[in-house]
Amino acid sequence: MAKYITKRVLRSLITMLIIITILFALLRLMPIEGYFENFDKMSATQIQVKLNTLGLTDPLPKQLLRFYRQLLQGDLGESNVYRKGVAITTIIAEKIPISLQLGLISLAIALALGLPLGILMARSTRTRFKIGDKLGTVFIVLIQAMPSAVYHILIQFAGSQTYIGKEILGLPMLFDAANPRSYILPVISLSIGNIAYYAMWLRRYMVDEANKDYIRLARAKGVPNGAISRRHVFRNAFVPLVQYIPNSILFTLMGSLYVESLYSVPGMGGLLVTAIKRQDNTLVQALVLIYAVISILGLLFGDILMGIVDPRISFTKKEGSR
Amino acid sequence: MNYTEQDVILSVQDLNVKFTLRGQVLHAIRGVSLDVHQGESLAIVGESGSGKSVFVKCTMGLLDANGFISSGSILYNGMDLTQNRTDKDWLNIRGREIAMVFQDPMTSLNPLKTIGKQIQEAVELHQGLKGAAAYQMVLEVLADVGIDEPERRYKQYPHEFSGGMRQRVVIAIAVACRPKILICDEPTTALDVTIQAQILELIRAMQKKYNLTTIYITHDLGVVAKVADRIAVMYAGDIVEIGKCDEVFYDPKHPYTWALLSSLPQLGVKNEPLYSIQGTPPNLFYEVRGDAFAPRNPKALKIDFVERPPFFAVTPTHKARTWLLDPRAPKVEPPEHIRTLREKGVNRVG
Repeated sequence: MAKYITKRVLRSLITMLIIITILFALLRLMPIEGYFENFDKMSATQIQVKLNTLGLTDPLPKQLLRFYRQLLQGDLGESNVYRKGVAITTIIAEKIPISLQLGLISLAIALALGLPLGILMARSTRTRFKIGDKLGTVFIVLIQAMPSAVYHILIQFAGSQTYIGKEILGLPMLFDAANPRSYILPVISLSIGNIAYYAMWLRRYMVDEANKDYIRLARAKGVPNGAISRRHVFRNAFVPLVQYIPNSILFTLMGSLYVESLYSVPGMGGLLVTAIKRQDNTLVQALVLIYAVISILGLLFGDILMGIVDPRISFTKKEGSR
Repeated sequence: MNYTEQDVILSVQDLNVKFTLRGQVLHAIRGVSLDVHQGESLAIVGESGSGKSVFVKCTMGLLDANGFISSGSILYNGMDLTQNRTDKDWLNIRGREIAMVFQDPMTSLNPLKTIGKQIQEAVELHQGLKGAAAYQMVLEVLADVGIDEPERRYKQYPHEFSGGMRQRVVIAIAVACRPKILICDEPTTALDVTIQAQILELIRAMQKKYNLTTIYITHDLGVVAKVADRIAVMYAGDIVEIGKCDEVFYDPKHPYTWALLSSLPQLGVKNEPLYSIQGTPPNLFYEVRGDAFAPRNPKALKIDFVERPPFFAVTPTHKARTWLLDPRAPKVEPPEHIRTLREKGVNRVG
């Protein structure tokens, strides 16, 4: 197991190195306007001086090495346009906690509701009329088929503009960090898709597992239905889902573009789009880097977690198989 | 072995099982009656789809959700098992009284649990043991079924076992429940030929040690010859012939039994094509009239297509459901090679 993890970590490091280098190279191809707040009003000499101070006229290998060195020190550079002269780490340090907080609450709710829903649906497939399964399927199909923008707006509208939402529950339309009530609608918006997702896959995996031979053997040896569901079916069906959980957790860092702009949440969600629109090269570079690192870490942790819960995944020497 | 009314452990009377499939009804078991005697080895043979697996599943309440017992009774210890409705009713039977060994050991075990835990689950359910005592018993059972180094094996997962070893584990789970009846559903079909004999030997040893009654389900007549005291031949959801092993092998009466024995490769003549039964079994979505085998039987009598034959006793232990045994029937001799089976000295085929 330790060997397997070391191997995976090393491979992830190499991937990261490659991504960083490519990213660096691509950003050198961007127009230099992205390093200036008011490019149009500057003279050619002024531009040259600024480029010199930023070190952008140095030979590329030198720039690349400097880029790596700064990264190792946790320095992502400074914003040039979005908030001139402010360290990017400072910018995201303000935004990440908000996105993370909303995201983790939503993910916890999605798991707490999605998994039981999946279990209920799977169990209901063995009843006569499968009512639970049918109702659950309607919900899942509705959420999966509808463009998310539509249900986000519906949630916002129903929650803050109707009589019940506005007068009885007192839910505000926009997010306000100081008002706990204002968390409710964004959290519903963020979690509802994941509820459907987890329910759908857990149901499917549980139905698959429940039809396997070893479940028949468990029944034949006299294990009660409830215990079969818990000890055998759920446990085994959850394994394929485990892989996605680290990814889901890590990506809450980056917030949701749509939900955050809909509820005016000052989180990470819209930052990349804004940075690209305003051509803030360093900020774009830093954010893309963070996305890449999060994706790689998500996959890495997912695989390691899989290795822990599934004994069949092992790259150590096999022994005693005969 | 002498059979008396007293030592009947499981008595099935006129059992009918139906399945509903897309609005149609399939009559899978058509009025089967069978007594299983304490301590015997009974083999139920028949081709795929003849209903042998469905039949034994009824005794454990393991029918698929769309299957149901439409009439008949299954008496075990004075209880009628067909009256069991809920899962809870069956928990006293499954494992504890009747245990089962399945066909494919590669898929019969939970891949994510150690084999020790899987056996222990059965021990805890049926022996009322917990913790260290249960662990000790698991080690004993493992040693019982011939698995070396039980302490080390306890902690291993199914994928670390070979097919034959896994089947030993499945047998260990079954005997750990200390059942009275052990049902082996094609216990060797998925195994290497070299392992098959070992597994059959193991089942026989367990039967002796724990005084089990065993029911084998198989289409492998070689297995039957090795292990069975009695044979029941099933065709199209009905038992067509039943008798002691020698009686069915050396003096078969039903045309289907003749055909089944004729298709044994061991009986084939060199340079001649292997015998195979013409046609296909009847579609059980439709009502079967007369003898179900008649359409595939070139020597079928007229009455075979009209009325279902009753059982005719050949000896007190041997009976067959064929009109050929009726005193009024014309004399139809079994095929040559069947008649000479005994003379040829084909000793317990297989």
